[in-house]
Amino acid sequence: MLSQERAPIYEALQEFEKKRVVPFDVPGHKRGRGNPELAALLGEQCVRMDVNSMKPLDNLCHPVSVIRDAEQLAAEAFGAAHAFLMVGGTTSAVQAMILSSASRGEKIILPRNVHRSVMGAMVLCGAVPVYVDPACDDRLGIPLGMRREDVARAIRENPDAKAVLVNNPTYYGICSDLRAIVKMAHENGMLCLADEAHGTHFYFGADMPVSAMAAGADMAAVSMHKSGGSLTQSSLLLAGPAMSEGHVRQIINLTQTTSGSYLLLSSLDISRRNLALRGRESFAKVVEMADYARSEINQIGGYYAFSEELVNGDSVFAFDKTKLSVNTLDIGLAGIEVYDLLRDEYDIQIEFGDLGNILAYLSIGDRPREIERLVGALAEVRRRFGKEPDAAGLMRQEYIEPQVDASPQEAFYAPKESLPLDKTPGHICSEFVMCYPPGIPILAPGERITRRIVDYIKYAKAKGCSMTGPEDPDIERLNVLSGLY
Amino acid sequence: MEFWFSEPHTPNVKLSIRVDRQLYSGKSEFQRIDVFDSPEFGRFLTLDGYMMLTEKDEFIYHEMITHVPMAVHPNVRDVLVIGAGDGGVIRELTQYQDLEHIDMVEIDELVVEVCKKYLPKTACRLDDPRLTIHYEDGLKFVRSKENAYDLIIVDSTDPFGPGEGLFTREFYGNCYKALREDGILINQHESPFYPEDAAACQRAHKNLVESFPIAKVYQAHIPTYPSGHWLFGFASKKYHPLRDLNETRWNLRGIPCRYYTTTLHKGAFYIPAYVEELLKHVEHE
Repeated sequence: MLSQERAPIYEALQEFEKKRVVPFDVPGHKRGRGNPELAALLGEQCVRMDVNSMKPLDNLCHPVSVIRDAEQLAAEAFGAAHAFLMVGGTTSAVQAMILSSASRGEKIILPRNVHRSVMGAMVLCGAVPVYVDPACDDRLGIPLGMRREDVARAIRENPDAKAVLVNNPTYYGICSDLRAIVKMAHENGMLCLADEAHGTHFYFGADMPVSAMAAGADMAAVSMHKSGGSLTQSSLLLAGPAMSEGHVRQIINLTQTTSGSYLLLSSLDISRRNLALRGRESFAKVVEMADYARSEINQIGGYYAFSEELVNGDSVFAFDKTKLSVNTLDIGLAGIEVYDLLRDEYDIQIEFGDLGNILAYLSIGDRPREIERLVGALAEVRRRFGKEPDAAGLMRQEYIEPQVDASPQEAFYAPKESLPLDKTPGHICSEFVMCYPPGIPILAPGERITRRIVDYIKYAKAKGCSMTGPEDPDIERLNVLSGLY
Repeated sequence: MEFWFSEPHTPNVKLSIRVDRQLYSGKSEFQRIDVFDSPEFGRFLTLDGYMMLTEKDEFIYHEMITHVPMAVHPNVRDVLVIGAGDGGVIRELTQYQDLEHIDMVEIDELVVEVCKKYLPKTACRLDDPRLTIHYEDGLKFVRSKENAYDLIIVDSTDPFGPGEGLFTREFYGNCYKALREDGILINQHESPFYPEDAAACQRAHKNLVESFPIAKVYQAHIPTYPSGHWLFGFASKKYHPLRDLNETRWNLRGIPCRYYTTTLHKGAFYIPAYVEELLKHVEHE
């Protein structure tokens, strides 16, 4: 009997190990014997589990036995019609979701603060983005969720769109009114897709924002390796009853490896079991720690660790309380500066720092003693490095509305030329410019470059944000479409 | 029948002590706690299998962590002790009549309970009226204190476990803020001998050098600790451990000691060449 206490892939691996099968197949390290340094680094047990698809262990491309069972259990645990185990990161889950929903020239309605993987998928399939302006919190300088009326207008103006994509939640833990958006999409014959890279725990914790499957969304990309506890690069794609399992599987197989790692697969299997059996209590502890950290950080002075008080019923429909985001502007330091100080001075690595905020990722692996270190270090950062807040010196992160003049795919593959950054305003960009993390595009292929965008890029660079995307890694130059544009 | 307690000092070295009987074994939220009787070292306490103290040699550690700063600072009124659940530091401190208040912050209440019951030789003064015991995280406690103490003694466990947060830059920085303008901090600094302990020692020293204008190191010899050679950090905002040592004043107090003397005080700051090298290495990074 299949039940959530089971972990079919993990069990099959254990059985397989007992049989001591002689390997005349890949991988060539042969249970680590051919690569002793690797075995010493990762451990004997780990390299012995790094095996290839075979009858007793099933095959990720066409699962019929243990992987299929594991997917069924995952679907049941997440309340989905189908679940697909993914080994190419949540990027691969997002891509499969987009590629399953729209093809060349078809529109997808999405918020600007989508992850780069969404834009990448659009380059691959030729879909055209219709951006919804995410509201912005002026005090914090962060993008929020999509307002219902903005989504409704985008749907009204683009009745031919195939799908609406929603971040559930954003990197900062902010949720849109997913149930209402699902309803609007379905009423207009569109699919509703959810990027739940930061929302695995919504399926298991108590008093969490609604999960995509519970809200009736058609597909969701879920980063099990973030809050779910599985290995980096493992992920899940969930599908609702309206999706054809076979079609989605075909799409996944277009780009997914045929050598799916059993380390990743078994980690998904075990993590799903943990979440199903113990997720509720685990996430209650995470929320408790995050609440405690917020109250302590807010007592230091200067910092603002924000939470549910942001909820406004629309652009912040719900807040994910496991996210520990802290605004740093009132201690006179940019978030990225605090991020660097925490690492360089205190050996504390946090998830990201942007211009005005830092985000510390809390999870089922945290303990109160580490929280104390973080709070203690933030108090020290303020004491040793804090300055008078200088409103003029700190530019806030603002939303710059993109002007889409070519599809991402067209722009990406069109003839192009390289121009010095200052000469680019007025041209159409052919590449991504990302401030990473959090990986939200400043420019995407097909968008018109403006003076304001160029100023923003320069400023973010000067503040030490990691800027990625363009062919020129220093972003002194950008590629633009040559010719008539 | 042979009954031995063994503690690995490195993966390749261990110290074994013959045990008469085990008096206590329990597990708190933070660690495993054991108390044994032994023919050679008397009663001893271990946390997670690491030796904390034996009745036979604890006087060395407790005298050295307490009297060195007390012989330097001319006017200690308020003291903060972090860790020290066994009560040894408190026993030494309460001999100073002019101390006004001691805050002791121990994360693990069970350690104090067990010590009160089984280790009366160190826990004998935990009922001193000048003492307030706080059961909470040391890093958290010190965070909210400002300009409040003349002396902070960090009597932590090893930096691999519940004591980890006490070997950090943020902790020493918070302590700096909690000390008055002429305050002193003493830290148990681990051993400089085996590589893993030496690295912890270097890290602690580096963090103190970066947090205090004066950061020196002194030593003692403690038979049951790894390598037997143990260091303490002396970090101070104003007083120098040797130039500001007042031998007459301390000796007039008439505090009985078996290890500490004001002469030894001076010698303890003269450390072996390899240890000097080890520490210098992190001072100029």
